[in-house]
Amino acid sequence: MTKIGLEVHVHLNTLRTKLFCSCSACYVGKDPNTVTCPVCLGLPGAIPVLNEEALKKAIMVAVALNCKIAPKLLFTRKHYFYPDMAKNYQISQYDGPGSMAIAKDGIVNISGENVRIRRINIEEDPAKSVYPTGSMLNSNYTLLDYNRSGVGLLEIVTEPDITGAKEARIFMEKLRSILEHLNVCDCEMEGSMRADVNISVEGGERVEVKNVGSSKDVEDVIKYEIARQRAAITQGIKILRETRHWDNDRKVTIPIRLKESEEDYRYFPDPDLPPYEISDNYVKAIISEMPELPDNRAKRFVKQYEITEYDANVLVMEKALADFFEKSAKYYNNYKKLANLLINDYLRWLNDRNLKIADSKATPESIAKLMKMLDNEKITIKIVKQILPEIIDGKDPEEIVKERNLIAITDRSYIERIAREVIEQEKEAAKAAKNDPRVINYLIGKIMKKTSGKADPIYTREIVLQIINEL
Amino acid sequence: MISNILEKLKTGNITPEEYVEKTFERIKKVEEKVNAFVTLRNKEEVIKEVEEKVKSGGRLAGSLIAIKDAISTKGIRTTCSSLMLSDYVPPYDATVIEKLKKEGAVIIGKTNMDEFAMGSTTETSYFGPTRNPWDIDRTPGGSSGGSAAALAAGYVELALGSDTGGSIRAPAAFTATFGLKPSYGTVSRYGLIAYANSLEQIGPMAKNAEDLGILYSIISGEDWRDATTIKFSLEKEPYEIPVKGLRIGVLSDIMEMSDKVVKGSIENMINKFSSEGATIDYTKLGYAEYALPAYYIIAMSEASSNLARYDGVRYGFSKYNQGSWVEVYSKNRGEGFGKEVKRRILLGSFILSAGYYEQFYIRALKVRRLIKSNLDQLFSKYDVLLSPTMPILPPRLGEVINDPVKMYAMDINTVIANLSAIPALSMPAGFYNNLPIGVQMMGRYLSDSLLIGISIYMEKVTNLYDLTAPT
Repeated sequence: MTKIGLEVHVHLNTLRTKLFCSCSACYVGKDPNTVTCPVCLGLPGAIPVLNEEALKKAIMVAVALNCKIAPKLLFTRKHYFYPDMAKNYQISQYDGPGSMAIAKDGIVNISGENVRIRRINIEEDPAKSVYPTGSMLNSNYTLLDYNRSGVGLLEIVTEPDITGAKEARIFMEKLRSILEHLNVCDCEMEGSMRADVNISVEGGERVEVKNVGSSKDVEDVIKYEIARQRAAITQGIKILRETRHWDNDRKVTIPIRLKESEEDYRYFPDPDLPPYEISDNYVKAIISEMPELPDNRAKRFVKQYEITEYDANVLVMEKALADFFEKSAKYYNNYKKLANLLINDYLRWLNDRNLKIADSKATPESIAKLMKMLDNEKITIKIVKQILPEIIDGKDPEEIVKERNLIAITDRSYIERIAREVIEQEKEAAKAAKNDPRVINYLIGKIMKKTSGKADPIYTREIVLQIINEL
Repeated sequence: MISNILEKLKTGNITPEEYVEKTFERIKKVEEKVNAFVTLRNKEEVIKEVEEKVKSGGRLAGSLIAIKDAISTKGIRTTCSSLMLSDYVPPYDATVIEKLKKEGAVIIGKTNMDEFAMGSTTETSYFGPTRNPWDIDRTPGGSSGGSAAALAAGYVELALGSDTGGSIRAPAAFTATFGLKPSYGTVSRYGLIAYANSLEQIGPMAKNAEDLGILYSIISGEDWRDATTIKFSLEKEPYEIPVKGLRIGVLSDIMEMSDKVVKGSIENMINKFSSEGATIDYTKLGYAEYALPAYYIIAMSEASSNLARYDGVRYGFSKYNQGSWVEVYSKNRGEGFGKEVKRRILLGSFILSAGYYEQFYIRALKVRRLIKSNLDQLFSKYDVLLSPTMPILPPRLGEVINDPVKMYAMDINTVIANLSAIPALSMPAGFYNNLPIGVQMMGRYLSDSLLIGISIYMEKVTNLYDLTAPT
């Protein structure tokens, strides 16, 4: 059986400061090594002090993932020498003697299947290694940018309960939505959510693919690894425990090192960070202020807007889309139609172009206007789809329609005249249409083309049927 | 006394220039023999700063102070007496330095110490040993030997040291000066280059008990940059403590482990306490044979972790920069650290490695707890626990340095206070053949003021204060 487990690293980039110092947690676009201080540079004598907001965020995530929360917050030093490490140990958490993780034993439901959460850790991010050639494999030296050093991370580790590539992707997307709803992470930022993917197929050892950058990549990695590992085993090649790297350009995994034994990190409690008691009341207070979670929001959508469960779930999978839906619903009350447009047209158009909701300049008002014009038969559905990209570009639907004269043609005699012209040219088709509805659609398409999509589709169908009957 | 100097500066009885000139003359005369300083500041700069500080005021307006080279001073190199940091200039001030500057103190220089405070004789310094001004063939103790020697040699009235297992008290005892290892958490460690975080405190060193009290009241206090500091209120100065009725427990098991002449001097001191009306009782510390191993296990473990950061990448010794990073790190660390430091890093790394952690570290923590609870019981009966500070007279150079077990055994009396977070003060008890002997008083947690008060009272009884070695 294929077993997949994920170790997801989430940047606490909605915090104002890094995990243990007062440097800004937002370093995007800043010159290298300008967002640093003695603490995150690991200078001699500097001492970490916990940003308590990080604890609050971690507890929210633990609650959302149905975890047990530890009675004490304890930090552990995880020792290993590496150039991106300011202190050559990482301040992290550890589930072992004299130590514990902030939360463990959770459950997330993914399309009916339970994925168990092993634990959640709070830890600090190392500095960023910058390779002059872009790859560590062929660079002669490494540059280090400590702007990232000390930024708070949550490490969320699942049990190997995920059964396939698609499930892993859905898990990642659901987790992302939870994190966005809790305002734990601005997941749009590059590198804000990374996963180490552990995959084993029947007859092979566990292979870890490090540092995978997105849900889509997680899916690709798993598909690739399952195929690679199965092929190897069929050919009698052993799959050993190893760590691999995902080459996103070539879409392949490359071996980095064999894991012959567990590394000894010499964990021990960080004496600079005294234990922090987490009382039940403290947790209760955090829960009482927790924003709505995506699952609850989907349920509310079904109740409040009477849309289908499916649509509700798709909407809440991306917080920005769900927010946009709710804002638009203030101006337009055919919620089913609205959900339909946002999911099938709006979202798809953005996805096809690899754009994000945040890239769209469409306003709730403009979407509402567009839908109302359709309802009032001012424009056809064809025109709606045609001008949607311009609305996403920030234009006003009424102005587009006016400027380009896209108002629907509801003049029956005009449509009839065009229809007769078309049928005159398509005599064979018209005959065939009597027995084949697909050909009717073909004829309607021709008429639409002649009227630039403006002919009212219902009138057009009626008229075409009428003319064919007369033949 | 510092109050005399402050008064003279204030009234113009002595000019800042005269004060600094006199100090530098004294240093020039004996420093070649003593070697108390790693870095002595430029005289003209110091004069200028004293002039400014006398004008701007504060409790130490214009007074010179010597700072142990483990404490970060902005713009003044801070070496920890190691080749590893021989060129390191901190970009920030330790919290205690900020506090001193605010009160008008002027740093004259940075004092010699055992490398990374690992030693009890100031002989492991990369910059050569410091010698005892009372007998130039002997060590002044360590690791804050430079600070103690600067006091005993008559350079300055005030100094800062740090005490991980006796590093303030040992040199105070060997140089006939006063030193306090404060209650853990009362003085910020921010900026103190860490050796063993859970054990060490920065503390005041002076030539009389009153100055010791002034210095402690200035450097102590809660600090948001060090989460192990606590909120507490200092008793009002002056610390007037009647010794009459004081309940003193003499630690007979520790007494028995001490040299005859040391024991004799302490007994003499006990008689003086008794004459002043204190009640004397002989008691036992208990667990004395476990205290040293527990102390060294904890100290070395923390040290191995704390010293991991010295890799030559961001600062510090980096003579080697060709080859893989593993090679570069190994060469720089191999050469940048001295023998004793490497010994403790290796032992500490071994102790923390999987399998040995429970066997050594966790058990050492248990001993630590036992010692603590035993002390709690003793302090229900006694206000003060009294013992020699050091079990021996100041050793000759080279006498203990080549026998680590002998050197570690010197700390038997002092490590107790570090293991249990309580305050401990060393003051002169007497001399044997012109060699100073110190008495140690340990008190309940946060009874620092009481200890200072007792020493203020007792120094008048013994008449052993403001002593300068006849070098």
